[in-house]
Amino acid sequence: MSRLSDTLAACRAQGTPAMGLFTTNGFPHPDATVPVLHAIDDGGADFIELGMPFSDPLAEGLPIQRSSARALSHGVQMDDAFGTVAAFRDDSDTPVLLMGYINPVLQYGIERFCTKAANAGVDGLILPDVPPEEAKLLTQHAQTAGLDLVFLIAPNSSDARIQRVDELATGFVYAVSVTGLTGSRLDGRGAVQSYLKRARGLVTQNPLLVGFGIATHEDAQELSQHTDGFIVGSALIKEIEACWDDDTLSDDERYTRIRQFAYTLKHGDAVAAA
Amino acid sequence: MPDASTAPTVASESETRYSAPDATGHFGPYGGAFVPEILVPVLEELREAYAEAQADPAFDAEYRTLLREYVGRPTPLSFCDRLTGYYGGAKIYAKREDLCHTGAHKINNTIGQILLARRMGKTRIIAETGAGQHGVATATVCAKFGMDCIVFMGEEDMERQRLNVERMELMGAEVRPALSGSRTLKDATNEAIRDWVSNPDDTFYIIGSVVGPHPYPMMVRNFHRVIGDETRAQLHEHEGRETPDAVVACVGGGSNAMGIFYPYIDDEAVRLVGVEAAGEGLNGRHAATLSKGTPGVLHGAMSYLLQDTGGQVEIAHSISAGLDYPGIGPEHSHLKDTGRVEYVSATDTEAMDGVRVLSEQEGIIPALETAHAMAPMQRLAREIGPDGIIVFNCSGRGDKDMQTIAKHR
Repeated sequence: MSRLSDTLAACRAQGTPAMGLFTTNGFPHPDATVPVLHAIDDGGADFIELGMPFSDPLAEGLPIQRSSARALSHGVQMDDAFGTVAAFRDDSDTPVLLMGYINPVLQYGIERFCTKAANAGVDGLILPDVPPEEAKLLTQHAQTAGLDLVFLIAPNSSDARIQRVDELATGFVYAVSVTGLTGSRLDGRGAVQSYLKRARGLVTQNPLLVGFGIATHEDAQELSQHTDGFIVGSALIKEIEACWDDDTLSDDERYTRIRQFAYTLKHGDAVAAA
Repeated sequence: MPDASTAPTVASESETRYSAPDATGHFGPYGGAFVPEILVPVLEELREAYAEAQADPAFDAEYRTLLREYVGRPTPLSFCDRLTGYYGGAKIYAKREDLCHTGAHKINNTIGQILLARRMGKTRIIAETGAGQHGVATATVCAKFGMDCIVFMGEEDMERQRLNVERMELMGAEVRPALSGSRTLKDATNEAIRDWVSNPDDTFYIIGSVVGPHPYPMMVRNFHRVIGDETRAQLHEHEGRETPDAVVACVGGGSNAMGIFYPYIDDEAVRLVGVEAAGEGLNGRHAATLSKGTPGVLHGAMSYLLQDTGGQVEIAHSISAGLDYPGIGPEHSHLKDTGRVEYVSATDTEAMDGVRVLSEQEGIIPALETAHAMAPMQRLAREIGPDGIIVFNCSGRGDKDMQTIAKHR
């Protein structure tokens, strides 16, 4: 069992949905990423997804596109992601997954990437433009390095496809809530629920987590009915953006707000976090 | 001249050895389908529908009829006698794709894809465009078939190619500006893919080149192979032989080149020469993906790519908006590695020279993209000599570029 699997199993045993939070490495500024990770960790994240910025992020809506562009404008490189995770690891055992697109990983070298990631304390990988058909090398090297490799399913995935993804994935299966980009509106909730219920019945080897479009505690509760937890990205990115674009806030106030945002997503009660 | 579009049999007989792509869409190590999971079933549905259409004689018959009666095929193979004299070597022929309806080869593919879209019951068409030629070709077939059409175009290209924006809008298409990144073709393609991910059920994405995830590179090539098939039959009429000594075409994404190269691929005596855009020069800003790029993944396929050492995609530059793309079709990457195709490059200045030479010598004003194919012509004509034959793909006409051409004269 990996640290990620243990964490998700513990959440399940307690009967609480696991909360994964996404932010982009180097966003809003390279110096701020590690403190942001600690803020969301303190706010109750059960695991963290750290985005590796890419120039052409195809599956992302505007907030995460903007965060990637902002990170790249600071000259962020792949090694910086390992540095961020290693620094975070000094003070926390919360699982961290790296999330991003395959091209920067290819240029770094898949084997070298997996080895360095594992050495830095990374627990798993999510690469949304690598479906299982193209994942042979990645699977091999992730396994050797002891990294979980998460694959995704979508509302238009067939039953057979969902079962196949479940067989290949480790860590968890990531259910994309809607046919859309990150940060999409959660329209047609009845359809989302029946899809998640269907997936629940088919995903038997891994925990099932849902993401895309979850912006509030209420969204998270609703979509966790048929899953083991949820992932929030765009809404957090927008909160970070708002804090850092507000010149009247001190850094301490910013990190406090981010921590409260995470706490509220999980518990629905901002006051208790303060 | 016989109707060459009905006589591709000789070409298909020659297809015995080259068989790429494999069943999963790989051309050697290139190609594949690196896409978000939402698009996996969409591409599977497309592959099945395309395979069924290929096996259905009625589909091919309708496609051929439209090419003949709507596009104006077969396009002529014109002997360029003055150009031949100008370069002083091999006989030069031009395959006149500039005479296709809408002014470029692009419509061969949009006709094929919209027939497939209709067959699949899709009602909403999206496309990306750089110079606007593919956008116009898509808007055209959408008007003809009564389908909704949204064309994504980089904001910067919309300004550079205002005339094509007007043409698309006149035919009822909505042109949506791509505001991200470099605001050119790469970003228009990103936006089209994002739209597709968000509307996978009713939307058909008509990709404009031999790029993107499987089956697009293969399918777009196949819809353009009519160019090479006709060339074989027409050259036989002119010269008593189907195979020239060399075939030359410009390469951006690479659709016109694949269309004319593919039927010659097993004729190893035929030199195939692709000309990339070297922009301001290979040490400056350029779009010479095969000359200066390295393998990577962009827009769903593994191929050569202009990128930095960290794997971030770099911005391409060419005087021609249609070649201004940091990627290239995966089949071209494969053909470069195997050595079957020679790839060279032409600078903006050489392309302008090509416009001038072809205009003055033959009375053909080519598109800036097409003009790149003139760059190696003198060298090839002399290497091959007066007993030999060169065919170049005159892929588009230059009306759309007159402003740029006037500025650089």
